[in-house]
Parts: sequence; structure tokens; C-alpha cells
Amino acid sequence: MLDSALEVLRLQAAGEASAVEIAERALDAIEASQSTHNAYTHVDRDAALAAAQAVDAKRASGQPLGALAGVPIAVKDVLCTSDMPTTCSSEMLRGFRPPYDATVVEKLRAADAVIVGKTNMDEFAMGASTETSAFGITKNPWDTSRTPGGSSGGAAAAVAAGTVPLSLGTDTGGSIRQPAAFCGVTGLKPTYGRVSRYGLVAFASSLDQIGPMAWSADECALLMNVIAGFEPRDSTSLDQAVPDFTLATESNDLRGMRIGVLRESLQAEGIDESIRTAVAHAIGVFAELGAEIVDVDLPHREYWVPTYYVIAPSEASSNLSRYDGAHYGHRAGEEAKDLVSMYCRSRAEGFGAEVKRRIMIGTYALSEGYADEYYNKALKVRRLIRGDYDAAFSQVDLLLGPVTPTPAFPLGDKIDDPIQMYLCDLFTVGANLAGVPAISLPGGFDPAGLPIGIQLQAPTLEESRLLFAASAFQSATDYHTQRPNQ
Amino acid sequence: MSQLPTTTIIGLEVHVQLKTATKLFCGCSTKFGSPPNTQVCPVCLGLPGALPVINEHAIELAIRAGLAINCDIPPLTKWDRKQYFYPDLPKGYQISQFDLPICADGCLEIADPADDDSTRKIGITRAHLEEDAGKSMHDEAAGRADSRIDLNRCGTPLLEIVSEPDLRTAEEALAYLTKLKEMMTHLGVSDCEMQEGSLRVDANVNLHIDKHGERIATPIVEVKNMNSFRNVVAALHFEVDRQYAEWEETGNTIETHGKRTFGWNDVKGVTYPQREKEESADYRYFPCPDLLPIRIPSERVEEIRASLGETPEETRERLQSQYGIKAYDADVIVSQGRGMVQYYDAVAMACGDGKRASSWIQQDVMRSLKEQGGDIESFGVTAEQLAQLLSKVSSGELTNDRARDVFKHLSENGGGIDEAIKALGIEAVDDSEMETLVKELLAANPKVVDDVKNGNQKAVGSLIGQARSKNPNANPQIIREIALRLIENA
Ligand SMILES: [Zn+2]
Repeated sequence: MLDSALEVLRLQAAGEASAVEIAERALDAIEASQSTHNAYTHVDRDAALAAAQAVDAKRASGQPLGALAGVPIAVKDVLCTSDMPTTCSSEMLRGFRPPYDATVVEKLRAADAVIVGKTNMDEFAMGASTETSAFGITKNPWDTSRTPGGSSGGAAAAVAAGTVPLSLGTDTGGSIRQPAAFCGVTGLKPTYGRVSRYGLVAFASSLDQIGPMAWSADECALLMNVIAGFEPRDSTSLDQAVPDFTLATESNDLRGMRIGVLRESLQAEGIDESIRTAVAHAIGVFAELGAEIVDVDLPHREYWVPTYYVIAPSEASSNLSRYDGAHYGHRAGEEAKDLVSMYCRSRAEGFGAEVKRRIMIGTYALSEGYADEYYNKALKVRRLIRGDYDAAFSQVDLLLGPVTPTPAFPLGDKIDDPIQMYLCDLFTVGANLAGVPAISLPGGFDPAGLPIGIQLQAPTLEESRLLFAASAFQSATDYHTQRPNQ
Repeated sequence: MSQLPTTTIIGLEVHVQLKTATKLFCGCSTKFGSPPNTQVCPVCLGLPGALPVINEHAIELAIRAGLAINCDIPPLTKWDRKQYFYPDLPKGYQISQFDLPICADGCLEIADPADDDSTRKIGITRAHLEEDAGKSMHDEAAGRADSRIDLNRCGTPLLEIVSEPDLRTAEEALAYLTKLKEMMTHLGVSDCEMQEGSLRVDANVNLHIDKHGERIATPIVEVKNMNSFRNVVAALHFEVDRQYAEWEETGNTIETHGKRTFGWNDVKGVTYPQREKEESADYRYFPCPDLLPIRIPSERVEEIRASLGETPEETRERLQSQYGIKAYDADVIVSQGRGMVQYYDAVAMACGDGKRASSWIQQDVMRSLKEQGGDIESFGVTAEQLAQLLSKVSSGELTNDRARDVFKHLSENGGGIDEAIKALGIEAVDDSEMETLVKELLAANPKVVDDVKNGNQKAVGSLIGQARSKNPNANPQIIREIALRLIENA
């Protein structure tokens, strides 16, 4: 088992394992898991071994090594890689190979990480179950009859199945945090603008953010150190100093910290009793660690999902216009006689049902005569939602609540009911709309043994505070050390 | 049938390509005429994951242009996506500006073509920045059904300047365009090279017909994408006649037919309707989430305003009074842009002969630039060198012809004047050496001597050619003087 990035670093430093040996173990684990879990869309054994070999050579010759030297990592297939296909799990981009690396991929390579492959996802990151992928569904390593969540379901399952200690996901409305919760791992959505989006294939540009997934908050901190930071190629990137996130995980003393609980949100209909219990338990743990617990409310919470499902599809309808068959990606065959039919057929064949649904919703919401009623109104509500967060964070340091209304649901359960699927985002889209950082951490199990996630949210740029509290929580609990039966 | 009194209503949309070295949102070159698809990158190709970053120089130039046409520069401007599908638009949207353009509410004063003594003030609604699309090339001649696309131009910065419908004749439209082009060139905002597509014009035109006191408006026609002023004038004249005839025949008005999009066929000299898709297009504008709104502090605007300097008119008047050159010559220099004016100023000032400087610039400098395809800022002969060269001509040290040789050498090879003179084997010829040469020639040409003695001084001219073929450095003036002196004293 390749559990921990920290352990992988220790093994190499102590001379107990080489980077190549570690990479081989990861690749073997992927091979063993893939037919069951289908967490990956692409695995490049040769490239991973070559990268590992380079790390060993560097170490042997005494050259300085990067912060993730020899650590196997999986990358969500929405991030551009020049040496592997980047498909967004869509027929539209089957086999598409970008001519460049995403900034985060460049940074991983510079940190001497070993990229083993690309992970499965909902098509173009649209979904909460990884069932909309054109390359097969991914299964939850805790219970293969259930979803790993989505859209970063492959990235979460890759860690939970023990194939890699680290993965990179992306989060537009909860796509890191919800699968992390379903798969019993830790996942962080950073502040909007903290991690460069250059090379992240856009779903909803004003909401998308790349973040780390791993068993523990400490390892998320390690990966954050590598990927965070201002970058001029992304105009929305924040020109702000980046702290050493691993320092935040050193202390476990939460005295003086005020944590706000969104108690009202727990009363909402459709929330599983096991979730309520886990949140109540987490409140107790944080109180014991010294935090002061107070009740807060985000008054426009009921508008989160409707606002999100206007803004995200609107931006998506525009971002996905480029897939028209003219320049790259899927193009309809000879039967398309003219330009318009080439466009229509290419898009009809290349996109799956959920992507089409969102393009249609977004196109409608931006149309003349409807934009004021939908898109522009949603932007106004978004400002109110941000205001709620500002007001809450003037009283408390962190917000505590659930990640999901239920633990991982059975495969096929919601795939034909988009509204039920969209309600999976009930607790997560607020952080995306407000641009604040949020983390999902293992907080217990339901009676069937399925993992449950706890969510913490922090003010803009306070990822360190999130990691501090999460790490303290993990020093007092052992949920993040539990592993699925394989 | 006599025609009813009619007023022509014209508004112009002018796309000016900004003179930036790189594109609006990426680092690719904007150079014209490179092989297809060689000036592209993930950003301007619209590849998945690539993001735009604003070129600050384009903002600067847009503000300059806006101030020159008396626009307000609002403190906040933003970017919007204009969405439509076309193969030369790889993202499926164009990044443009919708409701908060960088320049708003300006005007341009033009000379009234109908009255030499008065002017007309033409309102400018707005000027906004946008990225250009690529170029589709339909290769039907080669028997191919497919089209090819060159994306070199994709992402090139454009400023779209939209006038109010204040123009009343094709001649006024021409005066407006000429003035606007001069302004943009003069300020270094654009090259306005129409044959390279760096200035393109859409004209909106319709008629207000006065039918016994009732005003009838014909449907507005937008004639798209004209790339010469001559075409604009011809298309407007054609439309005025065509719209009147159409109204007489069909009675169509703006109420019944709204607005239509036409093209201009230069060969046939006619406008023709394009597909009506534009009319109903919904571009679904929305703020581009990849770019932040731009705040433009008033201090920055004032700084740019202070750097604008003279208007073209002011420069023209100054050149005439300062250097004594003719209005026509001042006009030619000013029309080449501010870089040329600075070059002229430097040459004229340093050599002290503004007229000579003007004639050299209009002939030699402009010809070389045209041949070499560069601009004056990077021209191989510096203003200092040209001034030195012209001083040598004034002092008689070099003949005009030899100075031209030196100039040509400098513009082709670079280097200094002395080097060029040496390389060309030009030497000052000693007077006594010249006298010996002339004596030989007089001895060999007794007829010339006789002719001169008989009062025909022009006969000396034939000696000059012979002298120069023996010694290319011979100064014709001096040969002439020596010859006449020797004949007289003989
Ligand atoms: Zn480019």
C-alpha cells in the first residue's frame, strides 16, 4: 500500500526504497485496482518509471531534490499534460494531446513528483458521481456498488484504493470535497485565484479551482506548497504571498479559535441522520481541542444551488463553444455536408447528455431577453452570498458543517434525475460562489461503514487556518487512517 | 418623375488595428504577411485550458486614440464575450467590450466638403477594444471543397470606432475617414494600412425621404468590411440611388424591413445582400470570467493626454512656418505619422535647410522605406546622418548625385558616413588636378572651345559628362567654372 506521501519521502531519504521501486508499487497497485475501480483514464507506465529513474539519478549524484521527489501522483484528466492525452472524460476529446503542460503539472514536474496517469471524472467535470464519463464509471473503493462521487471521483478513488498517496482534483461546485467525503479522504478547494488555472480545461471559469487530495491534511499541505502561487498567465490568479502550508499543521491547540456552525442547514430535509451525527461529533472534537463553537447563519443559503446552476452552465455554454470539430477534437464524418451540419453533428456525437443539458441551460440563461432574468440576476445573488460569508467571517474564524446530505449513494441512483444529482452540491457550492477555501475531511462512518465528510470553510486566502484545524482534528481522530477492505 | 427631397443618413464603424508588437491576449507577433499559422500559441488558438492576459500597450494606444477623438475615458472598463460559431473564431467567442467600452462619447471635427469656410462636428458614440478573428481561405480554384484557415491574425488588437449617424454625404464620410486615419497614424496608434487590413470600414446608410412633409425612412443597410476609402464612397453613392429606387418600387421602410447586411463588389461596383443571419443573431454577451475589469485612474488618462502633443493640423502649420516648406510638402510628411515628423524635424533642424530635408525625405527616405518595408523608427539612415549628408551637399563637399550614392549605401549596409564615402571611393578632388583634367579635355574638344567663344556657354556641358566618366568625384559646378575661365583666358 502506498499510503502516505510523507512515508514515501522518508523511505527514499532513508535509502529503504528507490523512486523506481515506489513507482513500480504504485503502477502495480493501479493495475490491480483498475478493472475493479476504473479510477484512471490513462496510465503511462514508461513515463512514470522514466520520471522515477530521473529522481533516483538526481539523488545519487547529490543534486537538490524537489519537495515531492519520487512521490507518485495522479492528475485529474481535466488538466493539460503534454505527454499524455487530456480528455475531460469526453468523447469530444478522446485522444486529444495538448501541446503544453498546465501550470500545476509544470510545478509537479519541477518538484520531482512522478505523474503516473490521468484520473477519470464526470464529463467536463459536470456531475457528482463520475457516471457521466465517456470512459466508464468509477467505483467507490469502500463499496463498489456505490459512486465515488464526482466530478473528481477518479482522483478520490485513486487515493482511497491505495494506488497513489496524492492526487490533483478540481472543484467548481464541490467536485473535490464531495468525492473526498464519499471516499474517506481529505480534499481541499483553495481560494479562487490561489492556484493558477492555466491549463485547466475550463468548465465554469469564475468557479473552477484546482486542489489537493490525500488521506491527511498534512499531505494536502505538502501538495499545496507545490501548486499554490501567483502566475501572470492566469489573470484571475492572486498576487499574494504564499505561506508554508506545512507549518500550519504543526500545532494542535485550537484555543482562541471561533468556529461557526451552520446549525440550521442541518435541519434541511433529505439529510441523512448519520451526517447529522457526524457533524455533532465533530463539534465535540473541535470543542475539546479548545475551539469556541458558535451558531452562525448564511441567510441566502437556499439560493446557492439555483444561483450556481445558472452561473456555472452559462459559463460552460461559452467555454465549450470551442469544441466545434473545426480545429481539434471530435469531428463528424463525411455525412456532414456543410459547415452548420458539421458543427451540429460533431457536437451531438462528441458531448454526452449532461454536458448538452448544461450547454442548453446556459445558452438559454444568456439569451437576449432572458439574461436579465437569469444570468444577471444570478450575479446579483452571488454578491449577496459573498456578503453573507463576509458577515459570518467577521464573527468567526471558520465555518463547520457537512459536505454532503448523504454518504456515497448507489451507482445509477441519481443518474436519470438531474435535480437529485444537483442537490448533492447543497453544502459545497457556497464556497465556490464566494471564492473562499474549504476542506473536506473524514469525520466518521455510517452504520454501513461508508465514510462521511466534515467540511470546514475559511475566509479568502486562509488555507493555512483550514489545514491547521483539519490537522488538529486528525490528531484527535483516526477516521483518516481507516482503509477500505480490498 | 422628379425625385423627392432626400437626406442621406450615414454612420461609420471603423476597425483600426492597433500598432502593438504582440497580440491583445498573448505574446504572439502581429507582423503582417508571415506564412499561415506561424504566429500562434495555445492562447490565440483557443486550445482547452489556455487563458488570455491583457496587453497593456493596447490599453495605452486605445486611450491615446480615444483622447484624440475627444472621448471620455471612463474609470472602469471590462471585457465581454461575443458568442458565435465560425471556423475563423477558434474559441467560439470573440473577446470584445459590450456595455463598458474603453472610450465613450467623443467627436471629430471635419472640414465641410460643401463649404470651404466651415466645419462639421461628427459625434463618436464609442470606441471599444476587441480581438480580430482569423482568415478563412476558400481554395475552390484548386478544385477542393474544403476551406483553409490562417489564424495568424487571430487575437490581433482592434479598436472599433463607432460614429453617430451624423454624416450626410459620401464626401463627408470620406472627409471623416481621412481625418480619422491621419489622426491614428499621426499618434502612432495604427499603421492604417488598408491593403493589409489594418483599417476596415462598415457603413450604415439609409435615406430620409420628405414626401410632402411626411418623413419616410428607408431600411438601414450596413455595408460590411470595405478596405478602401474609394470603395466606401462608391458604395455609399450606389446605396443612395439603390435605396431610393427600391423605395419607389416596393415602398419598403425601416418599419417594415429594419436593418440589412450588404457586401460591396468592387469589380461590378454594386452592393449585394449577404445572408440575413446577422440580423437575428443573439451574441449572448456576458462578462469574460477569465479577465478582470480594468480600472483606469484619471491620473493615467491625464498623463497620456499630456503626451499626445500637437494635432496633425498644428504640426502642418508649424512645419510650414518653421521651415518655410509648402503646405503640400508638410501634408505629405505629417501623413506619414509622428515618427516621420520627428525624423524631419531632426534633419531639418540639424542641416539648417528645411526644404532640402523635405525633398530628400519625400523622395529618398520614403522610397527606401517602401522598398525595404520597414518603418522610420528602425530606418538604417539616422536623422543625424541624413542631416550631415545634406550639410555636405550644401557646402559643396558632395554633389547631389554622390550624396544619393552615400545615402543608398547607408540605407542598405548601415555604418557611418565616412565609411560609406570610403567604400564608394569618393574623394575630394584637388583643384589643380581638376584643372589638368579640363585642360586635356579642352585640347581634345576644340569645337567646344569655339562654341563657347561664340557665346554658347552651354557647350561646356558636354565636357562635364566626359570629366565625370574619367573621374566620378568631379564636381560639375567646378568643371564648368574652370572650363569657362580657361577658355576666356586662352
Ligand atoms: Zn498567441
